[in-house]
Amino acid sequence: MAETPMKPRSFQEVILRLQGYWAAQGCAVMQPYDMEVGAGTFHPATTLRSLGTRPWAAAYVQPSRRPTDGRYGENPNRLQHYYQYQVLIKPSPPDLQALYLGSLEAIGIDMGLHDIRFVEDDWESPTLGAWGLGWEVWCDGMEVSQFTYFQQVGGHDCHPVSGELTYGLERLAMYVLGVDHVMDMPFNDPDAPIALKYGDVFRQTEQEYSRWNFDVANTEVLLRHFEEAEAECEAILRQEATDPKTGKTIIMAHPAYDQCIKASHIFNLLDARGVISVTERQAYIGRVRALAKKCADAFILTEAGGAGTQEATA
Amino acid sequence: MPDLLIELFSEEIPARMQAHAAEDLKKRVTDGLVDAGLTYASAAGFATPRRLALTVEGLASESPTLQEERKGPRVDAPEKAIEGFLRGSGLTRDDLEIRDEKKGQVFFAKISKPGRPASDIIAEVLEDTIRNFPWPKSMRWGAGSLRWVRPLHSILCILTDEIGEATVVPLEIDGITAGNATLGHRFMSKPGDWIVPGSFEDYEAELKAEKVILRAEERAEIIWQEASNQAFAAGLEVVEDQGLLREVAGLVEWPVVLMGAIDAEFLDLPPEVLQTSMREHQKFFSVKNAKTGRIERFITVANRETADHGATILAGNQKVLSARLSDAKFFWENDLRVAKEGMAPWLESLKNVTFHNKLGSQAERIERIAMLARELADVTGADADLAEQAARVAKADLSSEMVYEFPELQGLMGRYYSEAAGLPAEIAAACEEHYSPLGPSDAVPTAPVSVTVALADKLDTFTAFWAMNELPSGSKDPFGLRRAALGLFRIVLENNTKLKLSQVLSESFDSRLKQTTKVLRRYITTGSSDEKMQIVEEQISALWQTSEKRRDGLLVFLHDRLKVFLRDEGIRHDVIDACIAMEGNDDLALLVKRARALQEVLSTEDGENLVQGFKRADNLLTQAEEKDGVEYSFGADPKFAEDETEKALFAALDAADAKIAKASKEEDFTTAMAAMADLRGPIDAFFEAVQINSDNEILRRNRLNLLHKIREICLQAADLRKLEG
Repeated sequence: MAETPMKPRSFQEVILRLQGYWAAQGCAVMQPYDMEVGAGTFHPATTLRSLGTRPWAAAYVQPSRRPTDGRYGENPNRLQHYYQYQVLIKPSPPDLQALYLGSLEAIGIDMGLHDIRFVEDDWESPTLGAWGLGWEVWCDGMEVSQFTYFQQVGGHDCHPVSGELTYGLERLAMYVLGVDHVMDMPFNDPDAPIALKYGDVFRQTEQEYSRWNFDVANTEVLLRHFEEAEAECEAILRQEATDPKTGKTIIMAHPAYDQCIKASHIFNLLDARGVISVTERQAYIGRVRALAKKCADAFILTEAGGAGTQEATA
Repeated sequence: MPDLLIELFSEEIPARMQAHAAEDLKKRVTDGLVDAGLTYASAAGFATPRRLALTVEGLASESPTLQEERKGPRVDAPEKAIEGFLRGSGLTRDDLEIRDEKKGQVFFAKISKPGRPASDIIAEVLEDTIRNFPWPKSMRWGAGSLRWVRPLHSILCILTDEIGEATVVPLEIDGITAGNATLGHRFMSKPGDWIVPGSFEDYEAELKAEKVILRAEERAEIIWQEASNQAFAAGLEVVEDQGLLREVAGLVEWPVVLMGAIDAEFLDLPPEVLQTSMREHQKFFSVKNAKTGRIERFITVANRETADHGATILAGNQKVLSARLSDAKFFWENDLRVAKEGMAPWLESLKNVTFHNKLGSQAERIERIAMLARELADVTGADADLAEQAARVAKADLSSEMVYEFPELQGLMGRYYSEAAGLPAEIAAACEEHYSPLGPSDAVPTAPVSVTVALADKLDTFTAFWAMNELPSGSKDPFGLRRAALGLFRIVLENNTKLKLSQVLSESFDSRLKQTTKVLRRYITTGSSDEKMQIVEEQISALWQTSEKRRDGLLVFLHDRLKVFLRDEGIRHDVIDACIAMEGNDDLALLVKRARALQEVLSTEDGENLVQGFKRADNLLTQAEEKDGVEYSFGADPKFAEDETEKALFAALDAADAKIAKASKEEDFTTAMAAMADLRGPIDAFFEAVQINSDNEILRRNRLNLLHKIREICLQAADLRKLEG
């Protein structure tokens, strides 16, 4: 392809270029959240910060886990652990599409040669009580990103609306680098003294987790953890807003939300273990959603959630 | 007369909404203009992925001045009332007219409402249209509150007068100010190159120069022509797909057709799988070899030209397709393995798939259908064992990986997999055909085994949903029960199936009601609170309390749907009612045969008049019976016949009675109805010549009994009392 000189040469270079690009656009480049999540959306920098009236602009990599997608490292495209790149800007700027296309150029996609398309795809997260309208972005027929204008999160209308961009990093990098099997993708510079491929880093873990996710994870323990996380989340949110020790108003939206994330991930593990029936599935999703909603209710009462600002009282 | 041009420029509008939106824009704006008094000559709406446009030609430049007359208070009314009237009408006392009315002299005001310039009206109408646009789904963006399908970026709104001078209609909505400019293609027009059209013709031409084809049908035409040409040049042909063509035309502003090859390793997949995978995932057209029917290539439609003539785009698409088809091939091969071993794991896993949370699993549903199929085999002439076996595997493919991925391939995959399993051809066919007919143009199954499973499937659906009290209401029919009813009718009628519904429906209903009870109880056994258990028990008892009504209601529902179905055939609803009132109305084939014959005979002069004669006889008899408090139902004797016409009627009735009874028994309703119509002459002549209410009580009674004979004999054919008019 004609774009060779501009092209990144490794997985990490794709990530670094995205980081650089979005930093240059004024986003706070954040770090991954230190918990197990199914997608970048679960990071509080997206879920909670898309609520309330305060402007926000963040970009980050989020390691994501989807236990049911484990294929023991053998499938060229499917992984139980993968990376998402996530951008969230509130309010969504009018030129968000152009900014997004700029990011594709930054990772070496030549706009003159490719066919980029915005194809209707509405996003919904039943566990987060969230939905938005937008597109999946196609590059030459391949889905390279999800582009969403958040309308509701945790049951609350989003005012202002956040624009969310999600890139599936492995898939996007494989495309840019021209690699057919994810495990063959250069992780660092292929000319580095110790050149590593994606498989060198993750093949073994994919096998280990696939086995654990599907066959070994102790479902009784997981079920108990689910109940505990649920109870803890509710217990945290039941606390008085005023901290008796400091006398300050401290609503613990984030610690409560951690428990919600935990419950959500445990549900995913139970799902992969095949112990959740179709009817139960809906009930579990409903329970996680109820937690997410309560966390959202709590967050908008905090300063970061816009409490006390002019718009919030309007 | 000026022309109006409007364009609403936004981020990408979902393809499926575009055509409707273009029409809605046209309708809402033109309706609004007309309501405000502006006439126009013609209008047309357009849509591309990024814009909705409207041209209105020959628009009035202002609305007409309207004269309004208002009646005021009486001349001698209190001063305050008169002042109020003057304030309201904006006139002075000198402007008022005084007229004499019944109650005295009254003030009248003549108010003239001046016309308004078109641009004022347009601005109002357009703002209202934008704010209340009927998008199926709309959204907000940024910090604003306006709703549109995706962020709205700009509004072009110009009026062009006779000499070609264009002026912007002043309008601002949520920070978007209407202007006279727009943009071309997202990638192919030069960045920042604004198009400033002076008229609609300009607009369309300049868009084209900036690589945007405004008209969806023109884009579709280009795609189809180009695709056909490329396929033809390769000795192949494009598989027609109007829905896909419309969708793809809504995904591009500048269509560029590219044809690519499918890797050889995928060419042996069933053609339906290739076509579905390519259409659903990639929006590709299939290109087939007309001789072999094999799909060998694909057509993709890009939204742009490139320096390498699409080589990069095509290579990318090909790669994605290969990944997709690898999946499909993987599913196909896994499925074939399961199929060849007899599909047992699929049937097993259907135990864990809920069909409906009040009715249990798919496996339980299949069991019910299988039992029903066995019972129905008698009626359909199918081999009972084959029918039952077919019903047991007909839905096995729902567990297959391919159908999980492509639900629309259900049934078809069942056929492939049954063939692979080495099952008899009748069973393989039933797997595919038991869902039919899906729509009015879909063929009806005719093979006995297929017919049996199709009937069992549909009858199970009715009785199950009626048992659970999940009935279609209003326009809502989430489980497709109305469509299933149409399917049932067509299968029964086109195959002339002698199916007595009453018994089947009633037995099935009872067993499904029991099952629902069991399922509801099972649902609550695991760790439910007393409160929850009580709710469920209440639900169950409510289901039982109304069960008889629902069970009877099912046949009524089917009869109602049958009326709708036959209405399209031109059969009157009262004709159907006249036949429903007859015994055997649960045999739909019989019922419809009778209705068609009755409808036909009613179109003849004899038939029409016979009905009048019958009704006269029926009314006279009813009145006499009411008056006398007896029933004249016995023993009309020809020996008391005085008049020749009376004697003739006796003879005619005897002849008709035999004919109608025999023909009805043989279900030859045409003959029965004709025999009935033959009575017209004798009945008319009888009424002409004979006085029923004779002074002679014996004669009177005999004649009334004769009327009874008319009633009885005619009612063998149909309940003519139900006919209107």
